[in-house]
Amino acid sequence: MSQVLNAQNLTRYYSVSRGAFKEAAILKAVDGASFTLERGKTLAVVGESGCGKSTLARLVTMIELPTSGTLSIGGHNIVGATRETLRALRPKVQIVFQNPYGSLNPRQKIGAILEEPLLVNTKAPKAERQEKARAMMASVGLRPEHYDRYPHMFSGGQRQRIAIARALMLDPEVLVLDEPVSALDISIQAQVLNLLADLQEKHNLAYLFISHDLSVVRHIADEVMVMYLGRVVEQGARDAVFSNPQHPYTKALLSATPTPDPMRKRERIVLKGELPSPLAPPPGCTFHPRCPIAFEPCNKLNPALLAHDDRLVACHAVNPPTSNAKAA
Amino acid sequence: MATETLAVAAPPGPLVAFWRSFRENRGAVIGLAVVISVVFIAIFADFIAPYSPIEQYRGFTRLPPAWIDGGNWAHPLGTDPVGRDMLSRILYGSRISLFIGLSVMFVSAVLGVLLGLLAAFWGGIVDVIIIRVMDLILAIPSLVLAILIIAVIGPNLTNTIVAVTIVGLPFYVRLVRASAISELTKDYVTAAKVAGVGPLRLMLSTVLPNCLAPLIVQAALGISDAILAAAGLGFLGLGAQPPTPEWGSMLADSRDLITSNPWVMAMPGIAILITVLAINLMGDGLRDALDPRLKKS
Repeated sequence: MSQVLNAQNLTRYYSVSRGAFKEAAILKAVDGASFTLERGKTLAVVGESGCGKSTLARLVTMIELPTSGTLSIGGHNIVGATRETLRALRPKVQIVFQNPYGSLNPRQKIGAILEEPLLVNTKAPKAERQEKARAMMASVGLRPEHYDRYPHMFSGGQRQRIAIARALMLDPEVLVLDEPVSALDISIQAQVLNLLADLQEKHNLAYLFISHDLSVVRHIADEVMVMYLGRVVEQGARDAVFSNPQHPYTKALLSATPTPDPMRKRERIVLKGELPSPLAPPPGCTFHPRCPIAFEPCNKLNPALLAHDDRLVACHAVNPPTSNAKAA
Repeated sequence: MATETLAVAAPPGPLVAFWRSFRENRGAVIGLAVVISVVFIAIFADFIAPYSPIEQYRGFTRLPPAWIDGGNWAHPLGTDPVGRDMLSRILYGSRISLFIGLSVMFVSAVLGVLLGLLAAFWGGIVDVIIIRVMDLILAIPSLVLAILIIAVIGPNLTNTIVAVTIVGLPFYVRLVRASAISELTKDYVTAAKVAGVGPLRLMLSTVLPNCLAPLIVQAALGISDAILAAAGLGFLGLGAQPPTPEWGSMLADSRDLITSNPWVMAMPGIAILITVLAINLMGDGLRDALDPRLKKS
């Protein structure tokens, strides 16, 4: 079975205290995301900051439990699972963070950083752990003498390689990449992306790639999920979404991506206004105050995520509201 | 190319590396030397001191130091009003001061780390209780609180240590809690959680080493604070009881001689000054040497 992770209607709400005299507000960080991850494939999650991408990463890595919905990894649902099941599932999903300067323990040598996951999860003797760590260092392009060095002796790109090596030490099935290259130089980005592509092929990994950089996503993704204020607005195969975006938000995002061809004429869609506060999302479709094609039902009816051609779109303009109303 | 990468010098051992970076700070080395000699004096006071610290030489009361007119090289630092040899008393006094300083530092560092980490990890009601109790201790002037504790449990050396530990504890707890909370938000802690590191290992092996740098400085300064606080209690007559040669009570006993025989009061004061200063210098050097981020690579 190539499907390793399945999420249905995944939600995560936070209760935000607003002082002693007001009711706590509900922040819908992720509101109903459904997706599957397959071995050897990459699902990219795209959106502005604050749209719930990182919360999604925390849910998938089991740092936080979902408020509702199901998340099953290798056939086991983690919602309501026992502590032992969670502990057994944890090695299957690992994460690489955005900031390589904060994601490595400054007091541990590279060798200790790489061996720690084995130390706490397996009974492998020291010699075996060391051998595995050295092999992993070689496969991410680190030199053997780096084993005894501290993280502060490395550049950002090398640190990100160390972070990737650590994530792979437990032979995970899913790797969550939370903006893994956005803190790096452009030239280093390409190296790290190529390394990730090689490792995906070698270990047959499923990637959940979180990014706001569409040119990187176009390069690496098989499937794309566009999020806006915690909701999925468009989801489908990469080529379908990139060549023929349907949701006005996806169109605006894509029009903002620079192209290397100066002769190509681009029609730039500039969105009005700011990202609304997620504590007080607009009624109806959360995108309607900024949408260039908003019409009558948009400020009342929240569009459902429905199939359109070869992808899923949540927009009244694409799926007329009569069919939406029935679906809801 | 392949042979080139193999020819890499073995990195120095951790102790050697530590000493190399410690050595760069001259003040710290001087501080360390003084601290080592104070420790040496404390251990071997029986052999170094020329007389017993409590024996009274009735023929030689209020003798000035040997280099002043009327001094006598039989008592190099002079004698106190009842004829006890000042040098011997100061040498023996280092035992008491160091013992108080080290035991207060050790107990409050261990308790402080435990309470601070508990507050940071558990949060919620545990955090509120621990921090409020510490605030309560801080709200009362430290010497007043120490006097209060001594008044309840009685004046002697052990109780001095208990009182000074309680008074100094909030600094350790708040320091550990604050740095643990800021470390807990960092990605490497999350990465360790995702890798399956349990709470105990996360606390002691992942987070604690990253909170150590400020803690070591606090502990080093804490030794000197404890020595000063114990001397203060001794000065008020609430610390070690006579005839124990404690520096603070020696100051107190001789305070009415400050105009007529000032050296009797100056000697224990100078001893406190030198010890406290040396410990502080050493503490600063320790912090610089122990933090790998400050090391020159």
